[in-house]
Amino acid sequence: MPAKKTAKKADIKDLVIRVCVGTGGLAAGSQEVMDEFGSQLKSHGIKAEIVKKCVNKTGCRGFCAKDVLADVILNDKSETYQLLTPEMVSRIVEEHIVNGSPVKEWLVGPEYHAFHDKQTKILLKQCGHIDPEDIDAYIKIGGYEGARKIFSLEPSEVIEEIRASGLRGRGGAGFLTGLKWELCSKAEGSPKYIICNADEGDPGAFMDRSVIEGNPHSVIEGMVIGGYAIGANYGYVYIRAEYPLAIQRLKIAISDARKKGFLGENIFKTKFDFDIKIKEGAGAFICGEETALIASIEGKRGMPRAKPPFPAHKGLWGKPTVINNVETLSTLPTIITQGAKWFSSIGTEKSKGTKVFAITGKIKNTGLIEVPMGMSLREIVYDIGGGCEKNCALKAVQTGGPSGGCIPASHIDMPVDYESLMAIGSMMGSGGMVVMDDTTCMVDMAKFFLSFTQNESCGKCTPCRIGTKRMLEILTRITNGKGREGDIELLLELGNSIKLTSLCGLGMSAPNPVLSTIRFFRDEYEAHIRDGICPAAVCKALRIYTVSVELCKMCGKCFKACPSAAIAWEKKQPAKIDKGKCIKCGACYEACPFNAIL
Amino acid sequence: MPDIDTLFLFGSNPTEAHPIVSIWLKKALRKGAKLIVGDPRKTWMAKRADIWLNLKPGSNIAMLNGLVNVILQKGWENKDFIAKRTEGFDELKAKVKEYDLARVEKLTGVSKENIVEAARLYSHADKAMIVYGLGVTEHRTGTENAMAIANLALVCGHLGRPSTGIMALRGQNNVQGASDLGPLPATLPGYQSVKDPKAREKFEKAWGVPISEKIGLKSVEMLDECKAGKFKGLFILGEDPAQTDPDLNHVNKALESVEFLVVQDIFHTETTKHADVILPGASFAEKDGTFTNGERRVQRVRKAIEPLAGKAEWQVISELATKMGYCQSYRNPSEIMDEIAGLVSHYGGISYERLEKESLQWPCPTKDHPGTTTMYTDLFARPNGLALFMSLDHKGSGEVPDKQYPFVLITGRVREHYNNGSMTRRSPGIMELVPEELVEINPEDAEKLKIKSGDMVTVSSKRGSVRAKAKVTNRSQKGNVFMTFHFDKALTNILTSEHRDPITGTPEYKACAVRIER
Amino acid sequence: MKHARLMQYCSEYWEEALSENKIKITINGIETLCDRDDTILKVAKKIGVKIPHLCNDKRLEPYGGCRLCIVEVKGVPRPLPACTTPATENMEIITDNDSIRKLRANLIELLLSNHPNDCMRCERTGDCKLQNLSYEYGVDGSRFEGEKWDLPIREDNPFISYEPNKCILCGRCTRICNEVVMAGTIELTGRGFNSMPDTAFKKPRTLENCEFCGQCVSTCPTGALTDRKGRGKGRSYDLKKIKTTCSYCGTGCNFYLNVRDGKVVKVTSDTDAPVNQGNLCIKGRYGYDFIHSEDRIKTPLIKIGDKFVEAAWDEALDLIAEKFSSLMKKHGNESVGAFSSSRCTNEENFLLSKFVRTVFRSNNVDNCARV
Repeated sequence: MPAKKTAKKADIKDLVIRVCVGTGGLAAGSQEVMDEFGSQLKSHGIKAEIVKKCVNKTGCRGFCAKDVLADVILNDKSETYQLLTPEMVSRIVEEHIVNGSPVKEWLVGPEYHAFHDKQTKILLKQCGHIDPEDIDAYIKIGGYEGARKIFSLEPSEVIEEIRASGLRGRGGAGFLTGLKWELCSKAEGSPKYIICNADEGDPGAFMDRSVIEGNPHSVIEGMVIGGYAIGANYGYVYIRAEYPLAIQRLKIAISDARKKGFLGENIFKTKFDFDIKIKEGAGAFICGEETALIASIEGKRGMPRAKPPFPAHKGLWGKPTVINNVETLSTLPTIITQGAKWFSSIGTEKSKGTKVFAITGKIKNTGLIEVPMGMSLREIVYDIGGGCEKNCALKAVQTGGPSGGCIPASHIDMPVDYESLMAIGSMMGSGGMVVMDDTTCMVDMAKFFLSFTQNESCGKCTPCRIGTKRMLEILTRITNGKGREGDIELLLELGNSIKLTSLCGLGMSAPNPVLSTIRFFRDEYEAHIRDGICPAAVCKALRIYTVSVELCKMCGKCFKACPSAAIAWEKKQPAKIDKGKCIKCGACYEACPFNAIL
Repeated sequence: MPDIDTLFLFGSNPTEAHPIVSIWLKKALRKGAKLIVGDPRKTWMAKRADIWLNLKPGSNIAMLNGLVNVILQKGWENKDFIAKRTEGFDELKAKVKEYDLARVEKLTGVSKENIVEAARLYSHADKAMIVYGLGVTEHRTGTENAMAIANLALVCGHLGRPSTGIMALRGQNNVQGASDLGPLPATLPGYQSVKDPKAREKFEKAWGVPISEKIGLKSVEMLDECKAGKFKGLFILGEDPAQTDPDLNHVNKALESVEFLVVQDIFHTETTKHADVILPGASFAEKDGTFTNGERRVQRVRKAIEPLAGKAEWQVISELATKMGYCQSYRNPSEIMDEIAGLVSHYGGISYERLEKESLQWPCPTKDHPGTTTMYTDLFARPNGLALFMSLDHKGSGEVPDKQYPFVLITGRVREHYNNGSMTRRSPGIMELVPEELVEINPEDAEKLKIKSGDMVTVSSKRGSVRAKAKVTNRSQKGNVFMTFHFDKALTNILTSEHRDPITGTPEYKACAVRIER
Repeated sequence: MKHARLMQYCSEYWEEALSENKIKITINGIETLCDRDDTILKVAKKIGVKIPHLCNDKRLEPYGGCRLCIVEVKGVPRPLPACTTPATENMEIITDNDSIRKLRANLIELLLSNHPNDCMRCERTGDCKLQNLSYEYGVDGSRFEGEKWDLPIREDNPFISYEPNKCILCGRCTRICNEVVMAGTIELTGRGFNSMPDTAFKKPRTLENCEFCGQCVSTCPTGALTDRKGRGKGRSYDLKKIKTTCSYCGTGCNFYLNVRDGKVVKVTSDTDAPVNQGNLCIKGRYGYDFIHSEDRIKTPLIKIGDKFVEAAWDEALDLIAEKFSSLMKKHGNESVGAFSSSRCTNEENFLLSKFVRTVFRSNNVDNCARV
């Protein structure tokens, strides 16, 4: 059996297989792939404990479009396979691991490298490399060094270091983290609390989930650093219950950290006590808002309260509380070990460091990316994202989640940082980025986001509860072809009034998608209202369905699909749509195999 | 009150009996105050307590002595306060030594850990207040129970500062005022003794008649005398002893025996059945006057409608006096208050005119006095200004369960009804919610007796029996049952015992032995 | 000279104020001192500046839900709610100008756009905060017409009527229930436009989930929550309100008896009451039926044989006077006595005490304080 011999000959210590087992990976079947690697290696006579050592799971590396992804590192030479299935594993083991020649056609292509090369990974560096369920793997790459280091400093010195780094909150508003800490540390009251906000609710956003799944210890270490700096002995991680894998990994990580003496009493053999509790959210978007989150931890209905007083003064149980999001916290260890100076050298003058974005929508390389602040939107969309799908023309990019704003393609060269995004009527948010091409109707898109925020409004304040409802009703009538003269002005009036009078960030930013699309795409609104046309041909009520005689293959599928008998068709005759009877449901459009319905 | 950091609630169920006081207590709890509850029933407050001392009925003194003992043993007492402002400490210390944890656990049924923890919480507090209710006073040792509470507060020095002290929650709207203004056998209005010649002289001058120096009969004694045939005529103003007094059979006999009974009330009651003449009363909506609440706040009652029967009580009493040869000619109750102000120094500065503009708590001796909110800030009401520790012994209830009557009956109120129910039972809405008496019985006991919620049961004591529906609930602990006295169809006070506090004459409503049968 | 003394007084005043940790703020150009944690609304009220609001009740924690109390604060780019914003040193506040009024009008329009606007048959007309604001700001909800709640009135219990359509989500009812009474009967349910106060699982109110204290009714600014027993018996302006003290327990709560045509038809809260600040329990708020109960004793009654016979006052009092006099003559002064009641007024207790001493000439008088 030559194969067995070769495997034995190979220095197994030099073999490492890393399989991506984030939520995306698992959904694509990475657990099965990993198991198959194990059993294949064993069938080649390799001992179970060695197999266990060299087949590693890792968190998400961002390029989710090509899951399952796995690295095979043999004698320091790393090859990455994409779109793996368990059936493919035996050939990889046979040809690559045993015989030393990688299976070329299954390796990742240039877009994988392009996707990664433009990024600057601080936060995501270890995601996709280390085993998230192994504390030693984290320690091995320098984990908990930051936490160890701070105990030789005064809390005020830690705060000063973070201030000097220029780190701003990655949860949305971009408040200076060091300043927030300083306010809290100086606030009267005890005990104090530090809360990790992992209630990631923006549709399409999965930055926080990936970090916790891929590198949970970095979050814990960040909380230890924050806790020490502000003088908090208790930390909470508020995480949405829809993230079972992240919760599980976090629980493992917390329990391992306790065992190592990194959490609990007298952590790191100092006099400082610090421990963390996990609080699972119940699926309300609003609970990502810090004061609503506090109410939720306190066991109340998750509703925001007015600020001031800010949580740094009166937070959880009325005590001084710092709330940082996952990304902010997991950046901290690196800042402490590498220094504020190093960190502040990355990014722009006012926006330091890197930012993680989840890019989705009409873009080729959807996934998770980390780039330095200030990178141009163009680089993100084209160089990393690979441009629009099907080579359609880019129309706009929505940043900041459902309550962010739309940036039109004409501003593609703008830098992505806090100030520039604000100036254009959008915001950084938590890092969602939705790319839209010319098949997107901007009115419809604004309606979609507004219906999300309207549904998720907690109902506490009048403008958000009723105001967004009324805006949504106006948008709905516009997309239904029943828009009236004056509707745009009414939207603007309502939108601006809601922005000014709402209680929390949700309401204050809910009109953004509408206001920014009116600002940049007012003509589309006018076309809907005045001409009864949806330029992107998305709004069904405004569409006039016709059959292209050239493309029609006379199959009759549209005829059968039509629920209102609006289509006339006979065998060997092209179909014909009666506009009077058509209810614009789009069933024929869906049914036509030849794209003959226009 | 909301600044309290530790609240010790003893023998009081304010969420039911004093809902508005409970709102203040709840505010303190919401602000994070610790809560200790001493109560045999698992009340709303007991459920939320940090420590629930689920003591057996009648074991108050053992409980309190035990707490004081723990505090002294552990050195948690306020030595400075004890030295400067009290006396009798050594005697107390010797006495409470007899109440070690094991004995107190046995007497009260409360676990040692809870006793120690309660002692720790109370003694370590900065601003601790004790609030007690009728669960303390309605025992034959009622006065001693209250003294034992005072011992606890004094040992820790939790007195005389804002948000500290002892607060007694009293039963009826004008208990305070009715005591203040002298329908008492030993004192003239303002607690001025009939034995005091100076006081008598003052009143004789004002009223123009000689005042008897002989102490009169207490209500209980008057009833006893009635039964004995020595007492001939009785005027009962707005009272229903035939439902609300304990040992009703005795009361009924007394009222039957008296030769001439006048009852003035707004409704027919158990008592009016015995009357020779019934006079209609005016409800609080039909007359002017004042009530004095538990914190000595004198507040106006204002006439909203004309008296339904044409006259209010003050007019009736005046006319009757005039008819009997003592002329009374008040034009309105305001003039009566002016007379009170002239005779009772605590009320000296109070007039209707002032009450229109401000809220006054007595002592308010003069027209320009602002009234008094906190008492005993630096001196106690004893000649030397020092508080005296009282060494007390556990005596238990007058009647304890035995084989024949194995349960302890605790009586009290529910939120929806009031006393004999003559007012609340006339609200259709309230009757829709709480239509009848419910005997609260512990699930374990109920199972043994094969009783389900809603079953009719007979509750009997040595003195009689009543039938009512059972409610199986763990609000009652094993061995205890609870009933109210709001319903005329189930006269609970037929069951209650004849034992009384010898000092105040308050009956032992809170514990008697009963049997439960289906 | 006078001026100098005044100046000195002023500077002393300021010094004292500052030493007490007071801070200076300016509202509509009026300088004033306040405590550090005072809200803008509280300070404004103190100096007589009116700021409209719907969700504020002094019994409750500041909420900031209705947004009507927004004011401009110098240096802050967006308006702030006066009810939740604490005053800070040298804060300069404008409570009323065109842009603030426009925003407020917008909010009122939004509220009215989901409101039945049936004031002509509403229980609260004349006493409704929303109605008053609509009048003051001259707006209705017609510009923002859209979906409106169309829910039936809920009268599933004897005391509290709930018309959800009139609810403006100010949260006062749910907060008073949870913050003050801690009964947990109602809480906001649902999300977005469909949020509304309700019981858990929309169950009817029973003693299982409700204390029937009516605190929620007492704080409701519109006609959403009303006292069921008082409905249709007269609007606020039809009723004579007499402030009095409760005759149940010894707490000493004040409230208003609402009287129409010689009948007590409702009890309403007196939020200035020193003891209860407008809070009441089921007995105080709803236990007034006994006043006009059918079986009130309306005339004196004299027992003849086994029956009570109606009598005139003079007849009855003559009989009593005669009977007591003869008993005293026959058996001595000590053979008669009186019980007084802690249910009666101070004046009555005093009078009875006086009566026994001056007419019976004994001390045989006692009350039920000990019972």
